Amino acid sequence: MTLDAVIFVVSAVVAIFGAAMMIAQRNPVASVLYLILSLVAQAVIYVQLGALFVGVMLVIVYAGAIMVLFLFVIMLLNLRGGEDLGKPSGRVSRFTKYAVTLLLFIELVFVIRGVALPPPVADAVSSQPDAFGSVRAVSMLLFTRYLYPFQLTGVLMLIAVVGAVVIARKERPEELPEETSPDTASTEQSKEGTQA
Amino acid sequence: MSVPISAYLTLAAVLFGLGTVGVLISRNVIVLFMSIELMLNAANMALIAFSRALNLMDGHVMVFLVMTVAAAEAAVGLGMIITIHRNRETINIDRFDLMKW
Amino acid sequence: MAEYLYLIPLLPLIGFLINGLLIGRLPKSVISLVGCLSVGGSLILALLSFFELKGMSVDARVIEQTLFAWIPSGSFHVDIAFLLDPLSAVMILVVTGVGFLIHVYSVGYMHHDEGYGRYFAYLNLFTFSMLMLVLANNFLLMFVGWEGVGLCSYLLIGFWFEKKSASDAGKKAFIVNRIGDFGFLLGLFIIFWQVGSLDFAAVMEKAPTVFVAGGGLITAACLLLFIGAIGKSAQIPLFVWLPDAMEGPTPVSALIHAATMVTAGVYMVVRSNVLFMMAPDALLVVAIIGAATALFAATIGLVQNDIKRVLAYSTVSQLGYMFLACGVAAFSAGIFHLMTHAFFKALLFLGAGSVIHAMSSEQDIRKMGGLRKYIPVTYWTFIIATLAIAGIPGMSGFFSKDEILWKAYSSGYGHPIFWAIGLLTACLTAFYMFRLVYLTFHGNERMDEQTRHHLHESPRSMTVPLMILGVLSIVGGYVGVPSLFGATNFFEHWLDPVTAKGSEIMSTSVHASGGGDAGLEMTLMFVTVVLVIGAIFLARHLYVCNTEASTRVREKSGGLYTVLLNKYYVDEIYGLLVVKPFVGLSTFFWKIVDVLVIDGFVNGLARLGALASDLLRFVQTGRVRSYATLFAAGVVLVIGFLILR
Repeated sequence: MTLDAVIFVVSAVVAIFGAAMMIAQRNPVASVLYLILSLVAQAVIYVQLGALFVGVMLVIVYAGAIMVLFLFVIMLLNLRGGEDLGKPSGRVSRFTKYAVTLLLFIELVFVIRGVALPPPVADAVSSQPDAFGSVRAVSMLLFTRYLYPFQLTGVLMLIAVVGAVVIARKERPEELPEETSPDTASTEQSKEGTQA
Repeated sequence: MSVPISAYLTLAAVLFGLGTVGVLISRNVIVLFMSIELMLNAANMALIAFSRALNLMDGHVMVFLVMTVAAAEAAVGLGMIITIHRNRETINIDRFDLMKW
Repeated sequence: MAEYLYLIPLLPLIGFLINGLLIGRLPKSVISLVGCLSVGGSLILALLSFFELKGMSVDARVIEQTLFAWIPSGSFHVDIAFLLDPLSAVMILVVTGVGFLIHVYSVGYMHHDEGYGRYFAYLNLFTFSMLMLVLANNFLLMFVGWEGVGLCSYLLIGFWFEKKSASDAGKKAFIVNRIGDFGFLLGLFIIFWQVGSLDFAAVMEKAPTVFVAGGGLITAACLLLFIGAIGKSAQIPLFVWLPDAMEGPTPVSALIHAATMVTAGVYMVVRSNVLFMMAPDALLVVAIIGAATALFAATIGLVQNDIKRVLAYSTVSQLGYMFLACGVAAFSAGIFHLMTHAFFKALLFLGAGSVIHAMSSEQDIRKMGGLRKYIPVTYWTFIIATLAIAGIPGMSGFFSKDEILWKAYSSGYGHPIFWAIGLLTACLTAFYMFRLVYLTFHGNERMDEQTRHHLHESPRSMTVPLMILGVLSIVGGYVGVPSLFGATNFFEHWLDPVTAKGSEIMSTSVHASGGGDAGLEMTLMFVTVVLVIGAIFLARHLYVCNTEASTRVREKSGGLYTVLLNKYYVDEIYGLLVVKPFVGLSTFFWKIVDVLVIDGFVNGLARLGALASDLLRFVQTGRVRSYATLFAAGVVLVIGFLILR
């Protein structure tokens, strides 16, 4: 068993373990932490596959920023894990959900088996500036062939930022419509809603 | 490297499956969102694996863009959760049924 | 002239558009001017083209003008094109000439009517359609005119549509006509199917080669065409609409139901004479129906008491004569009688209109009498027309009717029995026409005091056309003086180019063209005249000298009289045998098929949709997880499908 295989197996197991535990937790904070564990394991695999830049990005952006955002929201909403989540689903619906997912997985495996791929390139990770997977290599493509999508994602980020702010903020009293407006009832309602 | 590419792909499939289960099963909307992120990551894994096998950098660029979009989506989605929680005091996904017939 | 042919039908069309589109906004004087001048213009053009045609050599007497291709659809090609040959020249002269006089007459007759503008618009539309009918150079365009005159007949019969009997009569006319048109169309289909074209020139030229002479197809085609003529020209069994059509204004009866529209059937048969000559059986049917109708209608006319009804049945009878002529291959005689009949029948109707006008709208002749003192012009022109229709020598009707009778006897297709029926009908015609004259204008005055007070001669706009028609009723016959009297029979030879091909076929067929010497013709003519004069004196005896005798005759004939008075109960028979089953069938289709089956099916489909959506809306639970599950299931299915492919 080569070193590569060992690294892969260990990381894979950790990733799967983290994902499974994430789903099963009651406490959302615990779920977040398990997801972070899974992501770190996946980053290791990325690096094994030669994706240096992307792997580091995974840790910094995904685990570091997005998961932290999740934690912020959990703290904001003051979730402890004991919330009333209503009745659990009936057995039939749970069964169908598991069955559907299993079918999906089987089909994916089927597809994978049918894929005829050459074995990966012999040279592994290299620290050459323009090696496979380096920052330079990614940027060479990103700013030439994928310039248009790159710019669009920039715009998308802007929209997302503005949108998130607009959606999530509390309406301040002076921004509410005048009391003399025709639909006073709805105004009252929205006022009550914001104070709920 | 002695690990065949199909192993990585199978791992991606497993993670994707787990993510799907999470989306369908969990009633906690936060966990649901995280499961979606998991599914996106599984796709990223597949992209990286293929990129390695074909020795092309396009896969990495796509992963970059996917992560960006995932971040944006997470931000907006969490904003919505905050708003609904403010109004309805719940994080049960089944209570978000405003589009009911 | 070839470039101006299209103006002949166009002018009345323009008149229709002006009068029709500006209804209610034009003063009466303008309406009359537009209506009359448009037809007057066509008359002038018709005269010019007639003389131009006359100036051409006999073989080349054809003027054609093609306006544009109307249906250029592969092998089916029809143009809007006009054909002016000797036959259509006669027709346009009759239509525009008599039409113009009737338009002028209408100015006076319809003066007090509210629908004045509408009347002249319809009248012009009719003239346009009739001119299209006779000037068309192909069957389809002729059919367009055919339908157009049918439409105008409906509009004008039901002119006073608030009166139920009038609107019913209009409907009846149109529907009965339609039955005939159905046969006509079927005939056209056969012709087109075999010949491949509907142009007169092409059909007449190719017919001898394409059809088997005397065979089933050509006979069927001719019979079907003749069915159309039966409907349009009111022969047995489709004549029932014409007496009812008297509900319309009297000038309408004069124009449409005496001079022009009803003669369209005769024109059509003569135009297709080549086809009919190739189907002797069809020709025989034509002759039989013509003769039978002539006699049948004359018997009914004997006892009618409405002045217009008598004239209506007389028209049906005279049309029978024209078809009899065609049936014995005497086509030019048929057209000759068409022309003279147009003159004297229009005069009779217009005169009747004058009488009705004077009698404050009374139409029952039993309430008239002794009118000749009060309305002399009407009286004398009416007498002239009656002499013409009776066939008194010197009048136009004498020449045309006698030619028919002679040809019925002597033609290769004729038979003495046709002559006998024609002779009997002529006597009956003379009798009932003079009965009409005596009861209306002679004898005791049977009207009430108030009506008598209002008796007055009609205005000049009405009497002048009467006088002109009177002259024509006398003079019009002299174009067809038989060679018997030493003159050249201009009319008969005028139509030779049209009937030439038919005559060719006749000479090669079994029926040899009849001969008969001049002596026989003279003898027959003499017999006819004597009998007719005898009939006139009989009428005089019964209705003027010894009026009780007529009452006794009526009582003695009892049942026969009632049958005749009720027109042999034909309308009632039709009502029972035809109308009632149809109404029953239609009600069935309406109540059961349409309402239950079709509506039920359509409404059922709609209800099915509503039901389905009622059930399906439960899918929209609003719960994200259910949606996600369905989503995942769908993805599974799609990937599975792609894998398995």
